[in-house]
Amino acid sequence: MLTDVDAVVLSNSILSPAYNVLSLAAPQIASRALPGQFVMVKPDCGNDPLLRRPFSIFEVLRDDNHQISGISLLNKQVGVTTSTLFGLTAGDNVRCLGPLGRPFSMAKRSEKAWMVAGGVGLAPFYTLAVALQSQQIDSTLFYGGQSSRDLFYVEAFRQLRVNLELTTDDGSLGHHGQVTGPLERSLHELKPTTSLRIYACGPTPMMRAVTKLASAHGHDVEVSLEQIMGCGLGGCYSCVVPIRHEGGSVNFVRSCLDGPIFNGRDVVWDGLEQ
Amino acid sequence: MSVDLSVNIGSLKLANPLIAASGCFGYGVEYAEAVDLSTLGAIAVKGLFLEERAGHPPARIVETPGGMLNAIGLQGIGVRRFVAEKLPPLREQAAVVIVNICGSTIEEYAEIARILDDSDGIGAIELNISCPNIKKGGMLFGCSLKGTHEVVSAVRNVTRLPIIPKLTPNVNDVASFAVAASEAGADAISLVNTFLAMAVDVETRRPKLSNVVGGLSGPAIRPIAVRMVHECYQAVNLPIIGMGGIMTPDDALEFVIVGASAVQIGTANFVDPFIWNKLLQGLTEYLERHQLEAVSGLVGSLDLTVRETTWTNS
Repeated sequence: MLTDVDAVVLSNSILSPAYNVLSLAAPQIASRALPGQFVMVKPDCGNDPLLRRPFSIFEVLRDDNHQISGISLLNKQVGVTTSTLFGLTAGDNVRCLGPLGRPFSMAKRSEKAWMVAGGVGLAPFYTLAVALQSQQIDSTLFYGGQSSRDLFYVEAFRQLRVNLELTTDDGSLGHHGQVTGPLERSLHELKPTTSLRIYACGPTPMMRAVTKLASAHGHDVEVSLEQIMGCGLGGCYSCVVPIRHEGGSVNFVRSCLDGPIFNGRDVVWDGLEQ
Repeated sequence: MSVDLSVNIGSLKLANPLIAASGCFGYGVEYAEAVDLSTLGAIAVKGLFLEERAGHPPARIVETPGGMLNAIGLQGIGVRRFVAEKLPPLREQAAVVIVNICGSTIEEYAEIARILDDSDGIGAIELNISCPNIKKGGMLFGCSLKGTHEVVSAVRNVTRLPIIPKLTPNVNDVASFAVAASEAGADAISLVNTFLAMAVDVETRRPKLSNVVGGLSGPAIRPIAVRMVHECYQAVNLPIIGMGGIMTPDDALEFVIVGASAVQIGTANFVDPFIWNKLLQGLTEYLERHQLEAVSGLVGSLDLTVRETTWTNS
């Protein structure tokens, strides 16, 4: 069931001058959320901006009695709405509609799961890591940021027994360079008999590069695409992605309904990057 | 006191005056999880051509103050697939369906109307002669009095379904287009479609929409839309479906008071898919507060009498 909650902000933890994690009281959404799904969010801002914004569900929160109490959002200040969300305090309200979209497919126990995240693209992977851990699936997070100050929740992933491959553009933490570096090395080192599931979320060029790299080694990648969305429900046809179907035909597919998770191999990347 | 929210659009009777605007509600079925489709006055489904259409590449929307620009480009499944795939579930859910149609030629409009005339479960046809985002057809007809007359006449000749031309605001005198539609045999008119507009990214100096230009909707356009409905109400004796930036019950009431028998909700549905009950509740409360039995009694009730200024010395 789709729910629109006038969610109370439980806490706002500032991670850096750009990033914060906003915890929202929305048990109705949290209890049905699956890894990879999103919510459409609007702070109390009247008609400017007018539309909601899509956000991955970052964490499913539990209260002191271990009951599901809400969700959190990993937010990065880039525009008006994200700046407003950065500045909220406990007790403020945020309209929150969801859960929406197709989730990631779950890896099987016989598989390894690799998550590849760039920047705020970490957002869908915490809930996925929790789900993978509950299935005792061998998981690795390849996580890249500009510098050590831009990598968050590393310890939380470690506690979920997720293997970590960290990269920074300036070399201040982990591998110096892009996330595709350790990914390529790991693909080379992988035993041919290992079955692998790869997930990616981050800047479009990164997801494209990950898809290309994985394809060269015979692997699919589930990418989480972040398109501009009007409604999140399939009404407006704004958030389309060019998708190649079996037989070669290409059409625009709504990422809110048929995504945001797609097989990277099916995405016509040239049509996505402006 | 119970109030009567039902309205008539020609021979089409609606349980209430709220209609989902074309292009803002998919084919209706997308919203079945959020809304009981039978509780809407009607659903104007996404504009249909005869054949499938790809639409424009992203970016298709951009926000502007109090509104948004769109250039979707009428991506759609074509009328035959609509009739085969979407109409049965809409019928099953007892939705009142207004099919919005668009053509590159007058013959295409007529051909689509013929197909719809043969189908069950259609309440009316809305003629999209006002889409600002396509190269051929659409607004090309709606910006010419002759084109408007010809499209409406051609469709009139092939169907008995109520015909509702949707007028563009991108003309000097919208009322003259209402008159042309009326003379050609329209049963009602709807207005306004979006305003042709543009936004530029100053850093890259590129247009923000792939189509360069798009249609502006949302609360930013509402006062202009209200004025245009007011002008059309004075010019023609047809039911009018008003729209343009309705977000609240008062917004809807403005349109009704200047002459709209029903209203369409578009952009607001993107912001709040549960808006329908809130609007119905607001309309009901207004009617009760003003001791009116029926919303139909409010249509065109704009008070234009000149008030004398009076005062008392105290």
